[in-house]
Amino acid sequence: MGKTGFIKVFFVGILCLSIVGCATIPKGFLKPSEKSLENRQLQMRQYDTKDETKIITSVAGVLQDLGFTLDNSETELGLVVASKKADAVSGGQIAGAILLTALSRGQNNYVAMCDKEQKVRASVIVQSSLNGSKTGVRVTFQRIIWNMSNQISRVETIIEPQIYEKFYVALSKAIFLEAEKI
Amino acid sequence: MRKSKRYSGILIVLCLLFVLAGCVTTTNKAFETNESQVKLRSMQTRAFDTTDKKKMMQTVISTMQDLDFVIDKADLVLGSVTGSKFLNQAVITMTATVRSRGETQLLVRVNAQYGISSVEDPATYQDFFTSLEKSLFLTAQQVD
Repeated sequence: MGKTGFIKVFFVGILCLSIVGCATIPKGFLKPSEKSLENRQLQMRQYDTKDETKIITSVAGVLQDLGFTLDNSETELGLVVASKKADAVSGGQIAGAILLTALSRGQNNYVAMCDKEQKVRASVIVQSSLNGSKTGVRVTFQRIIWNMSNQISRVETIIEPQIYEKFYVALSKAIFLEAEKI
Repeated sequence: MRKSKRYSGILIVLCLLFVLAGCVTTTNKAFETNESQVKLRSMQTRAFDTTDKKKMMQTVISTMQDLDFVIDKADLVLGSVTGSKFLNQAVITMTATVRSRGETQLLVRVNAQYGISSVEDPATYQDFFTSLEKSLFLTAQQVD
């Protein structure tokens, strides 16, 4: 066997190993991140009431106001999970993709890799505070994005403050509306 | 002549690959674990000196939220909490179950999946219990 033969066998071997070797699990992913305190403040609000039922019904109402449908709930633990599908097409991204496709003379279809739709999931926990005088609400959002070829292109936790702000503005309104029986 | 010898070498390697790969049915893979059942239980389980199941579950939920998990499901009767977390492009799912142990203790067991592989690293589970301990103000005890 010549030198090139060896190289070929070597490459086949490496290829096999790389396929078999799979992804390794990183360590420390269950450690709190540096941002966890910051995120908690973003995601959490407290209300001056002991009435957890009132808060959780308001939460369900507000999720419906925002166009979410309820997936799951366990009122004993104060959990409500809801989701919503939405459009994820971005004009800028498509324009860039068309340009790239043109530059590659149509060999690669970059448009197929553009975002098409997204599913946003909201998970809300309602708990009474440690001394029992207040009720805390913590919401977390995550989203899954599909591309034009219907493949999952991205998964992420939403940390934009304005999203959380919007939710809590709507929730405060809903609590008021519930109280006034509207 | 030399050329054909070279290609037959590659052919043998490829054949060997198919032969080796062909043996395993993939159904078994779903039930495979690398660690023994006892070892897994011991790394995934801790006992706590409390009997307040609801409070324990609420603390498990807030600890998971602090670790960036989004809670998918929970059930007070079963004592289970399931959440998921997106890290880079991988999805981590984790289930915690809370049940009573004797008259004075609660057992918490968690198991996690990273993408398509089960997490079987004791240190990773220890990280979770360290966070849980902090939120509970209780000490986690190793169970044999």
